[in-house]
This record gives sequence, C-alpha cells and structure tokens, in this order.
Amino acid sequence: MIDDFPLFPESASTVSGSVDALYFFLIAVCGAVSLAVVVLIIFFAIKYRRTASNQIPEHYEEHKALEIGWIIAPLFPMMIMFLWGAKVYFTIARPPDNALEVYATGRQWMWKFQHVGGQSEINELHVPVNRAVKVIAASEDVIHDFYVPAFRVKTDVLPNRYSTTWFQATKIGRYHLFCAEYCGTQHSGMIGWVTVMEPAAYQQWLAGGVNEGSPAAIGKSLFEKYACNTCHNAQSGARGPALDGAFGKPVSLRGGAVVRRDENYLRESILNPQAKIVEGYEPIMPTFKGQVNEAELIQLISYIKSLGAPVGAGGPATPDKGSGVSAAPGASAQPGSAASPSLPAVQPGVAPGPDGRGAAAGAEPSASGSAVREAKQP
Amino acid sequence: MTTTVIDVPEIPVVEKPNYLNQEYGAVSWLLTQDHKRIGILYLLSVTGMFLLGGFFAVLMRLELVTPAGDLFSSDTYNKLFTLHGLVMIFFFLIPSIPAVLGNFILPIMLGARDLAFPKLNLLSWYLYMIGTAFSLLVVLLGGVDTGWTFYTPFSTSFSNTHVVLMIIGAFVAGFSSILTGFNFIVTIHRMRAPGLTWFRLPLFVWAMYATSIIMLLGTPVIAITLSLVAIERLLHVGIFDPAIGGDPLLFQHLFWFYSHPAVYIMILPAMGVTSEVIAAFTRRRIFGYKFVAFSSLAIAFLGFLVWAHHMFVAGISVYSAMIFSLLSFLVAIPSAVKVFNWTGTLYKGSISYQTPMLFALGFIGLFLIGGMTGLFLATMGLDIHVHDTYFIVAHFHYIMVGGSVMGYFAGIHYWWPKITGRMYAEWWARASAVLIFAGFNLTFFPQFILGYLGMPRRYHAYSPEFQILNVMSSAGASILALGYALPMFYFAWSLKFGKEAGNNPWGAAGLEWQTSSPPPTENFHTTPVVTWEAYEYRPEWSDGNV
Amino acid sequence: MSDVPHGHHPALKHHFEDLGQQHEASTLGMWVFLTTEIMFFGPLFFAYALYRSEYAEAFAEASHHQNWKLGVTNTAVLIFSSLTVAMSVYFAQKNRRKALVVALALTLVLGIAFLGIKAIEYHEHFEEGLFPGSHFTYQSPLAPRVQMFFVLYFVMTGLHAVHMIVGIGIFTWLLIRARRGEFSLEYYGPVEVSGLYWHFVDIVWIFLFPLLYLVGRH
Repeated sequence: MIDDFPLFPESASTVSGSVDALYFFLIAVCGAVSLAVVVLIIFFAIKYRRTASNQIPEHYEEHKALEIGWIIAPLFPMMIMFLWGAKVYFTIARPPDNALEVYATGRQWMWKFQHVGGQSEINELHVPVNRAVKVIAASEDVIHDFYVPAFRVKTDVLPNRYSTTWFQATKIGRYHLFCAEYCGTQHSGMIGWVTVMEPAAYQQWLAGGVNEGSPAAIGKSLFEKYACNTCHNAQSGARGPALDGAFGKPVSLRGGAVVRRDENYLRESILNPQAKIVEGYEPIMPTFKGQVNEAELIQLISYIKSLGAPVGAGGPATPDKGSGVSAAPGASAQPGSAASPSLPAVQPGVAPGPDGRGAAAGAEPSASGSAVREAKQP
Repeated sequence: MTTTVIDVPEIPVVEKPNYLNQEYGAVSWLLTQDHKRIGILYLLSVTGMFLLGGFFAVLMRLELVTPAGDLFSSDTYNKLFTLHGLVMIFFFLIPSIPAVLGNFILPIMLGARDLAFPKLNLLSWYLYMIGTAFSLLVVLLGGVDTGWTFYTPFSTSFSNTHVVLMIIGAFVAGFSSILTGFNFIVTIHRMRAPGLTWFRLPLFVWAMYATSIIMLLGTPVIAITLSLVAIERLLHVGIFDPAIGGDPLLFQHLFWFYSHPAVYIMILPAMGVTSEVIAAFTRRRIFGYKFVAFSSLAIAFLGFLVWAHHMFVAGISVYSAMIFSLLSFLVAIPSAVKVFNWTGTLYKGSISYQTPMLFALGFIGLFLIGGMTGLFLATMGLDIHVHDTYFIVAHFHYIMVGGSVMGYFAGIHYWWPKITGRMYAEWWARASAVLIFAGFNLTFFPQFILGYLGMPRRYHAYSPEFQILNVMSSAGASILALGYALPMFYFAWSLKFGKEAGNNPWGAAGLEWQTSSPPPTENFHTTPVVTWEAYEYRPEWSDGNV
Repeated sequence: MSDVPHGHHPALKHHFEDLGQQHEASTLGMWVFLTTEIMFFGPLFFAYALYRSEYAEAFAEASHHQNWKLGVTNTAVLIFSSLTVAMSVYFAQKNRRKALVVALALTLVLGIAFLGIKAIEYHEHFEEGLFPGSHFTYQSPLAPRVQMFFVLYFVMTGLHAVHMIVGIGIFTWLLIRARRGEFSLEYYGPVEVSGLYWHFVDIVWIFLFPLLYLVGRH
C-alpha cells in the first residue's frame, strides 16, 4: 500500500533534475521566509498579548528604512528564481537539432503518434532511452495538452497549428501521459503511456507492430496524387516555388516579410495558400482545406521535409531526421524496412550533452516564421 | 409577616430608531436605497450562492474519494467543476466583501450618509439577482461544462450545454460589480467627511478604492469577451473561429486580461479587512500605514500586467513569457509588504484573540502559503510541470479560500455587532475559526503534492496511486464544511438571543464605531468632523467588552 | 418626509450636502463610467488591430465593399449632433429653455438619422451576401478573412448602435425634463453628463469610421 503512495514523481528525463532542483530551491527559500514570518507572528502574538483590559500599547515611530529594506531584499532571491526558471524554460523550448521526431495528433479523446519510420500508435508512445525526442503536435478539434509528468514537460496542443516540445528520457520504464487541458467529456480518459526502451529493444519494437508506411513515403505519393508537383517543381517558369531543401530555410514573401518555412508554414500554405505568397509568385494556389486531413498533412509535410539536401552535406546516414539536411529525396525509410532508420544512441560528433542538446548549439526555438535557424554541420 | 406586592407599571423599552426598525415590510427592503439594507440583501443572496457553490464542491470531493469515476458521469462531473468555479468566482467571491461589507461600512467609515448613487446601488443588487437567476436556470436546465475559463474552440464550437445562458448570467453580474466599483470611487473622492483627508482614511477604504479601479477597468473586458463567445455560438461564426482565421489564443489573452486582475478583486478587500481587524485587536495603528495604502494601488496596477503567466504552455513566445514572469514576481512585492507590515503591527501591540482576530491571523498564514506558491508558478521552468495540475488548484484555493473567504469571515464577525446590534456566541465562533483553518489545510495541502506528482486538474477519474492524497483532501473538505456550517447557526441564534452590542464592543478606532449599533438610517445624527489620524486609539472608546 | 417643506433645490438628493457636491459626484461618475466604456470597446479594437495586421489584404478588400459615402454622411451627422449637444449644455446654463429644447430635439433627430443610415447600410450588406454566417455568399480567394472583417464590422458598429439607442433614450428623457423647465444655471448636471456620454459615443465612431471604411483607400 505504501508502494502505491508516491509523494514525489519519478525523474526520468534530462530536464527533470533541473526542474526538481529549482523546485527544491523555491521550497527552501519560500519555506524559510514563511517559517520566519509565522514564527515571528506566533512569538509576537504570545509576547504582546493583552494583559489588562485598559492596556494601551506604546507608540513607536514607523521605520522607513525597514520598509525599503523588505521591499528590496526579496528582489534578490526572486531574480534568481526568475533567471533560473527562464533558463530551464529555454531548455525545454528548444529541441536539439538531432532530435528524433514524432508527430502527435490529439483529438477528443485519444492520442495518435506517428513515427517517421511509419509506425503509429494510439495512446502509447515508444521511445528509445538517452535520445532526444521531439514531439510535433496538433489537435483535430479543441485544445488539448501533451503532458508527461515524469519528464516534467508539457505543451498545449492546438487546432490548426503545430506545437513542439521535446524530452530526452534517461530511465527505462513506463510513464504516464496525461491530457492536461480540459477538452470535454473524456478529458480524464485521454491518457496513455510513454514507454522508454533500451536501443536494441526499441529497434525490435520498430520492426514489429503496426506500420502504415513512413509518412514521408506516403507523402510523396500524396504529392503526386494532389498534383502538387505540377506547380512545385524545379523547372524554370514553374508556377510554384521549388521545395527541394526548402524546409527550415527563410524565404521572402510578397509584401516584404521574411519567414522561416517550418511545419506551421507548410501547413498554412496547404490549407490557406493565400495567407503568405512567396515573392515572385502569383496567388494562384488552390486551397486543400477539406481535402487533406490531419494525417495527410503530416505525411505531406514529412515528405517536403525530406526533400533535397544541399549538395555535399553528407552527414549521418539517418534519413529519418527531419532537420532538412542530408536525406536525399526518396531515401526515407521504405515501408516496413527496419534496418534503415538505424539510430545509434550517440551520433558521431553530435554527442548529446547533459541537457540533450547536440553539438550544433544555437538553434532558435522553433516557432512559425521566427528567426533563421543555423545550418547544422554534421 | 405579610409581603406587600407593589404594582410597578412596566416601562416600555423603546428601541432606538435604526435602519432596521425604521420601516418594515418586504417592499421597504426591496425598494430600499439605504446602503445598509442593500448590504444585507447582498449578504443573504451571496450566502445562498456560497452554499450552492459549496454544494458542488462537496459532490466533487465525494467523487474524488475513489480513482474511478463511479459516482457521476463524466459530463456531470465536468458540469460540477464548471459551475463550482463560476458560482464561487462571479457570484460569491467577487461581490462578497465589496457588496456586503463595503456597501454597509464604507459610507459610515467616510462619515457619509450613503453612497454617491443609492439608486444605482439598488440596481447593482437587482443585476446581481438577475445574474443569479440565469445561473440557477442553467443549473436546472442541466448545467454548463466549459470550465469557468470558457476556452475556445471548446466553448464556441463543441460544448453542447447552456453556454449562452450562463454567459448572460455572468455578463449581467459583471455589470453589477461595475456599478459597485463605480459607486465606491465617486463616494471616496467626493463624500468624505470634513477633515477626513486621504491619509486619515482607514486602510479598508484604500483597499476598496484599489479594488474598485480593477472592477472598473477589468470587468468590461470579460463582458465583451464572453459576449463574443456567445455571438460565435449563436451565429456559428466569430472572431475566434479558425475557419475564418480566428485565433484561440486571442480568447485566452482577452479572458486572462480580466481574470487575472479579478483575483486581485477577490483578495484586496480581504487584505483591507485584515488591516482593520489587526489594528483593532492590537490597539495600534497599522505599521507602515502609507506603505500598506500604496501597496493596494501597486497591486491594482501591476495586476493588469501579468495575465499571460496563465499561458506559459499555451504557445506564446519565450520572450513574452519572460516579461510576464518577471512582472509576476514584481506583483508579489506589494503583497509581501502588507504581510510584513501586519507582522510589524503585532510588535509591541496589545493583542487580544477574539474571533475576528483569529480569522485575520489565519488569513495571514494561509495567504502567505498561497502567495509563495504563486512564486513557484511565476517561475517559468517550474510552471511547465505544474500548470493545469492540482498544484494550481491548491495555490488558488489557498488564496481564494484561505485568503478571501477567511478575510470575509473576519469582516463579518468584526462588523456583525455593528450591522445587527448583537454579539454572537464567542466560543462557538472561535471553534468554527479553528475548524475552518484545520479543515482547510487538510483539504488543500495534499493537493500541492498531488499536483507536483502530475495529477491534472479537472480530472473526473484519476490514476490509482493518487488515491490516498485525494482521500485526505476529501476528509478535510468535510471538516471545512462543518466549519462553514456553524456560523449559519450561531449568527442566526444571535439575532434573537445575542447580547446587545454597544456602539463599540471591540474598543476600536474608526468612524463606524462612533455611531450606534445598529446605526440610524442616516448613519450619523450630525456629520462628523475628523481631526484625528487613522487608528488613533483612545481609551474612552472602549466599552469594556474586551 | 417628502411632504415637509424643503429649504433647498428640489433636485438635491438628501445624501448630498449641497448641489455642488451632487454635481461634482455626478460628473466624476460619468467620467468613471466612460472609462469603463473605453475598456468595453477596447478589446474589439485590439482584435481588429491583430487581425488587420495578419490579414491586411483581406481587410483592404473587405473595406472596399463599404459604402464610404454613407459612412462620411454618418460621420458628419454625428459631429453635428455633438455640436447640438454642446449647445444644449450652454443653453441650459443660460436658462434659455426654448433654445435648450430645440437643441435637444435636433440632437435626437440627428441620432435617429444616424441609425436610419446605418440600417440602410446593414441592409445593403445583407443583400450583397456580406453578412457573416450562413448568409455569407461572397466569393473570393480571400473570402474567409473577408468574413472575419465583417464579423468585426457588425460587432463593433452594432455595439456602437446599441450605445446610440441608449443615448437617444437618455436624450428623450432629457427633452421631457427640459420642456418642464427643470434645468437652469443652478442645476444643469444631467444635461452635462448626458452630453459627455453622447460625445464619447461620437468619438468611438470617429475611430470606427476610418478603420472600417477607409482601409487601403487613397
């Protein structure tokens, strides 16, 4: 029974330690101050209790220095809390470049996870230990929230846009996944498990089970089915911008703005093409809203992400990484092939640091249309 | 020996004319323009809504005794927490101290005959009652399940409950609170008695002034935001609709722009009451009077600048998150100033422990915990983990219940003799204060632990390892309920059987204690002229009750 | 108590010391109330600014479907009505009852004219299929965002129109009281504070007009 009475959550990610340390710091500081105040109150309450019904307390002058003092003094621990908290927040907000990507779709009242190798799962997410995993999530209906307490990470999952969060699991085990934004009737039933496995076990898992085909490969056939390639090709005079190597790079729009072509940009361009027109092109792309569903969006976006490396980039032969570098078109994992998405736990030259970030530091937090991301070096 | 019986004619005892016996009959109450009677009307209706909101809480805590959702259906549970939040926030906490105690005491504290706009005051009560009627209608028709936060697109496009009716209720109640705030501001500016300068005002007045500013500036924003949700539900198109480019985050920004300052509407009055009670029961001027006065204004101002700390995981940029985090730390400083000054007031005071003081001291302790845990939430990296968990639920209940409700009870007990002319049974009242304090901590402290463990809020069913803490919380709730039930009885009893209170049973400073208990309709027979500083205690004011 | 002969002005409310205090209280009250009105319209202007910056082209296109001539007329009507309102305050202070009544009546006429013109505009929009919701039949690549513009247009001008209707009600009541000769130099507060309200509603329109009618026009 005591086993079933935890008082503190498991710490299972590279960031959970930092969050817990911050928590203990706050408990210590706030606890100490609160205790001091309470002790003082109780002490005064006893010492200065009324001794006679006509007792009148002595008058004393107010103490401006004391007032200023206790306004200024709390600012110091508060600044530490603020800066430390911001630092941890930045860490959680910036997935490392070499993170393994997983697409998550939340809808009333279940989670669907799509791995880049084609494996998909419902309410379960299998990940390898000691590997950064980036979750790219969108909702099909209302706002949900992807929350894994053991990893100390959480992000709201919104309709019509992608949110990302990431974690690097450090302990084998099974951890709760909760939806943490009220979403209707079965909100408390929109739960699941994140299973963290040894690399070998993970490979085995990838090989077996449900595999719909890698999203990028399916995306390629969709790209042809919806005739995207009739406009988006590399021929001169093409009606639409070429998409080889486009993902992650900035582009100039009509009207002067420059945006980064991330997942949200691609999504918007498919569903609402008139919103952002690339400079030098006409607003003639039809909308695919109503024709393309969430799953297909993920597939098309995966395909576009896998397109076109700048020549000579080389790099680790792990075509499932969605960082826009290294995988040549079509080199994405074929459906069912377990061997190609090989994932050595440590990338040569890109050893994940203690907070999971790769050697290619300096990646900006991924947000639609934000600053330019540095090109990653192998 | 014979005993001689002398016939002594009975001398009829003439009750002094006061606002209660001046006129009788339902119409004289329902059409009153007397701020004191309006305060009583609010007292009755607000108590009713408190019981309703509390009832929903009891049902929720019953369900949460077991991990499975086995007492109610999920939809019913969702409606319970929605209605609990809506009723408690809009129909209990926001009006409580301002509309009950503020209405009654504020004009008397200022030496005025009434508020600036008595008819608007009565109108504010009727608007409140109309809002209440809509809420009750919603409850009878099956409730609403959007959460009190009405997040879109769930509230606009997915909920199948009576969202529009509830919005109308909240909207109308909002105007009630705007009228109250507006009345207070004008009264404080224009109707102070001669000699009553700003820095001679009781700190309760400063707190009510700051509260009124927030009510005026914030409430219209929630009114229009909820109206937009209602329009979107009715017309099936609106500014939050993603199909035409609408942004669910826009709703969140507009919603929290009011709802964060709203929490200061709920706590500032309780802080004002605490200042009054601490001063009265230590017989001294509040330490750092000017600092406490200005801290109320600082809270009102800074409180408008922090709203997006409710949105750290919602999808705002890291840079704006940083700004809101920093400002959220800063807004804690004026509250800390108050706590330190109250503590300083105890130093070398002459402290007695009547019930109001017990509630006020309890307020300080519980508000301290609630406020400190606010710092945890302002810390961005930590908030990610605890956002939307029971940590948040514990935090805001420490402030709203451990803070505001304790402050409200402190005020009710403090001014009860003035309002009714009667004393309540002191030992029963002290028992209830202790029960409330103990029950409260048992209910809500385990929720901090639950939250950090990861139990999300608004969960009908939960993972089994959370059960023991939930059982503790529910047990605490039963003690808390008992603590809240007791006052109903001893207050009612006091109306008939309570000892008659003199003008100043506590021996406190303040204009309200210079007039009779209960006061005459015009508050003072002659307009007082104030020549003394706030809280200048004089021994002759004591009635010897203490 | 009310049949006891009063030694003071009949309009003095008993909780005030004197007419001066009453006047100050009611004037401060109206300014405070108008601040709440700014916060009531404010979020709509904020939403407008947000969506206009994101959907600039669609908003410009939508604005071109506005009848700017009627918009200009309405602006002129309201500005002129603010003049008649200011004049009515002046006449009340000068004890010129007949002139006051005329000024108030003119204000009413102008206010009603404003609403009439608005009704015509709304009708036109409906006929053109621009009313948001199931009646929105406008076709264009930017149609969804154009609909967003019109949602904002109808909500903002609709809220403004509601305020106009309330204003017309207030001024009708003022007209009745003015005809009874209730206002004078000693007591003109209600005219002044009602005037403040009317001026505010006018100013809201002066912001609405360019934002809704003149986007992208040269």
